[in-house]
Amino acid sequence: MRLIASLLLLAVPILGVYTFMTAADHDWWFPPAYSTFAPDIDWLFDFIMYMVAFTFIVTEVALAWFVFKYSAKRNDKGVFTHGSHKLEMIWTAIPAVALLVIAFTQMETFAKIKFASGFPTQGRFTREKPIAQVWASQFDWRTRYPGDDGVLGTVDDLEASYEFVVPVNEDIVFELRSRDVIHSWFVPEFRLKQDALPGHTIPVWFNATKEGSYDLVCAELCGWGHYKMSGRVRVVSAQEFDAYQADLKAKWFSNGKE
Amino acid sequence: MNPVSTPAAPVVTHPSTGLQPGEGAPGTMREHHDHHELGFLSKYVFSVDHKIIGLQFLFSGLVFLVLGGLMAMAIRYQLAWPWKPMPGLSWMFPATGGAITPEFYTMLFTMHGTIMIFFVIIPLLTGAFGNFLIPLMIGAPDMAFPKLNMFGYWAMWPAFVLILMGFFVEGGHAAGGWTSYPPLSTIESAAPGSLSGQTYWLMSLTWVGVSSMMGAVNYVTTIVKMRAPGMTMMRMPLSVWGLLIAAFLQLFALPVLTAASIMQLLDRVIDTGFFTPTNLIVNNLTPDSFAHGMPAAAAGGQPLLWQHLFWFYSHPAVYILVVPAMGFTSDILAVHARKPIFGYKPMVYSMAAIAGLGFIVWGHHMFTSGMNPALGMSFMVATIMIALPSAIKVFNWLGTLWGGRIRLNTPMLFAIGFVSMFIIGGLSGIWMAATPVDIYIHDTYIVVAHFHYVVFAGSMFAIFSAIYHWYPKMFGRVMNETLGKIHFVGTFIFTNCTFYMMHQLGVAGLMRRTADPYAYDVYAHLQPLNEFITLSAFCMFVWQIFFVVNFFHSLFWGMRVGRNPWQANSLEWDAPSPPGHGNFDAPLLVHRGPYEYSSPEVAEDYLPQTRAV
Repeated sequence: MRLIASLLLLAVPILGVYTFMTAADHDWWFPPAYSTFAPDIDWLFDFIMYMVAFTFIVTEVALAWFVFKYSAKRNDKGVFTHGSHKLEMIWTAIPAVALLVIAFTQMETFAKIKFASGFPTQGRFTREKPIAQVWASQFDWRTRYPGDDGVLGTVDDLEASYEFVVPVNEDIVFELRSRDVIHSWFVPEFRLKQDALPGHTIPVWFNATKEGSYDLVCAELCGWGHYKMSGRVRVVSAQEFDAYQADLKAKWFSNGKE
Repeated sequence: MNPVSTPAAPVVTHPSTGLQPGEGAPGTMREHHDHHELGFLSKYVFSVDHKIIGLQFLFSGLVFLVLGGLMAMAIRYQLAWPWKPMPGLSWMFPATGGAITPEFYTMLFTMHGTIMIFFVIIPLLTGAFGNFLIPLMIGAPDMAFPKLNMFGYWAMWPAFVLILMGFFVEGGHAAGGWTSYPPLSTIESAAPGSLSGQTYWLMSLTWVGVSSMMGAVNYVTTIVKMRAPGMTMMRMPLSVWGLLIAAFLQLFALPVLTAASIMQLLDRVIDTGFFTPTNLIVNNLTPDSFAHGMPAAAAGGQPLLWQHLFWFYSHPAVYILVVPAMGFTSDILAVHARKPIFGYKPMVYSMAAIAGLGFIVWGHHMFTSGMNPALGMSFMVATIMIALPSAIKVFNWLGTLWGGRIRLNTPMLFAIGFVSMFIIGGLSGIWMAATPVDIYIHDTYIVVAHFHYVVFAGSMFAIFSAIYHWYPKMFGRVMNETLGKIHFVGTFIFTNCTFYMMHQLGVAGLMRRTADPYAYDVYAHLQPLNEFITLSAFCMFVWQIFFVVNFFHSLFWGMRVGRNPWQANSLEWDAPSPPGHGNFDAPLLVHRGPYEYSSPEVAEDYLPQTRAV
């Protein structure tokens, strides 16, 4: 049992680290990072991962080693000690510093993404002039663009279902709303998630760095159809975005005529 | 020191029975002049004996564990093979031929979480072991309020009945997640489970709260007032400390959950609108047609208010789920490593610190909820700092094993398994606490991996360990070692196979609570990994047969043992196995702490708390 137990315990750090090291090869890792702050979040994840991995390996290997070494058959008594004040000080102070470093490293990125002060003030889209209002409801996503006058809630607003089209490499600010229950707007490639809260209008910003069409996932349980509440965020060039707006306007005001 | 020369112990009298320690046990004075046979009903059903009440909690908790486990298997089946009929189960779901429907899936994970937390782990840790161990470990004849203790268990029965009835109401049971976020949970047109299943859910949880409250009052009073002479607070086993701290958590946090669930109940039944915002349109129904035809247009409520109230209880509840488990592990490691616990006081203080910090971290469940993001910063710092007392505990457990004479029996293996896997669960928590990282990983499978490592691989392993360890005290027999070791090896392997790989799913961004994630392009490639996890989970579930067989077989045919089969120090091993009514058959005097193993003072490698030297 002694050998089995120690090997089982030793397998945890070995296979654990191996799994993380080879995860990318199996595609069990981050999807590509396609927003300006996505690499920052990945970096912070890795930063924590390396600190955690160090502690994980040291403690798990020590555990396996102690179980192997001290479960051997012996006729003498164990070491009679009630602890060590010095050791307690060391293993309180060092992790405390490490944890505070982790905590303070995180703050800047979070402030940039979620704080009012982090929102873009230059460019076409700001909190005062959002690109669109995104409405979540059971179980679809709707996008309402402000139309020609640039003001939401007027007669020339344009609406699109399931699809949210934005220009590439531009700061996008949109308003997130929910018609019924709580939903959550999540695009894995952008590393961005924000709950849509009924009764609230929540501003969200991002800057997509690569053209393409991405899954928009509902990330908060919203009922039986939660699993299929998917949408698309389509990132296009600025010209294509303008063309899309014109096309949407033509469809919206065509009264059904082709 | 000569036992005769010790100062006379102050007489401790039981407040309600008038018994003194030692009275009432078989073969003692009291039995001679107050001989009475208890009938089956008063002995096993309407018992006021803390040991029987503990066993009642143990058995009902294990029954619900099977139910919660079966639900987990159904969830895993759906995630590996979505919408495929479950083999052999078409009789249960005739409409779909045995396949899981989306609304059934939402109900499954809601009730899996609810049952495992409120009907398995909390009752097993605080109900079963709290009741059984506290009086025995502090040298008391029973709880301070034995009748209240009985009511505490009986308050669970309305909860049992209501939670089971909910499965049979129209629309099925609650399906808003175990977190029950309004408006999904409060508006009837929002989900089938919100028709009336949610009402049963709320009523049931309120009863669980009543039960926990009675238990907590009892535990605190008993520990503060009824310790045997010489048993100072700093001589108590860490199990008792863990249970005391968990009881304080319940005392301060539960009233908030009870208030919140009554508010949600009122929202549902008389449209008070505490959590319902103005102007909702749910399922294309106008506000007027909500619930009972009462206008909800001006409800004026706040869905976030529920989240704050719910997590103000449910985050401390997470520590109710783990702090007693830490206590049991500390005791079991010391006994079977034949060594004093390393750093007793740091262990006590770190448990208290975990509990104290536990009250100011609830907002880390709400980083992406729309809560003021500035609050996220302070919640993040507090949450990350919880890793500090947790790390101190791990280091002290390692220190306890260092230089020991480890006996690798089943309780010890499970306790070591707890340490190994608690490290994983504790460390992965740091990712979740970090606000920017959490924007991405919030509600992904990495969270699922994290809390299963803490609550299943952690608390459940500690419960297994505690069952194997205290079984001789409960039933006077030991469980079979060979079966126990087989149980450990398989459970350890399959638990890691199941939950470790969920980290990978989470890093890939897979969302929890999604019935068929492969409909999304970004998740389609994750199905093979989910199949592996499902197969591991099935193996783990089936493997528990070794435990079930061992448990019941040993009940009747296990090897009989005496009072102290593990050669342990704490007071419960001074009582007969199983202890009679009143627990101890001789007056107790406590001379020292419970961890004097391998002491040079005596020839043996243990030195019971009651032995004078």
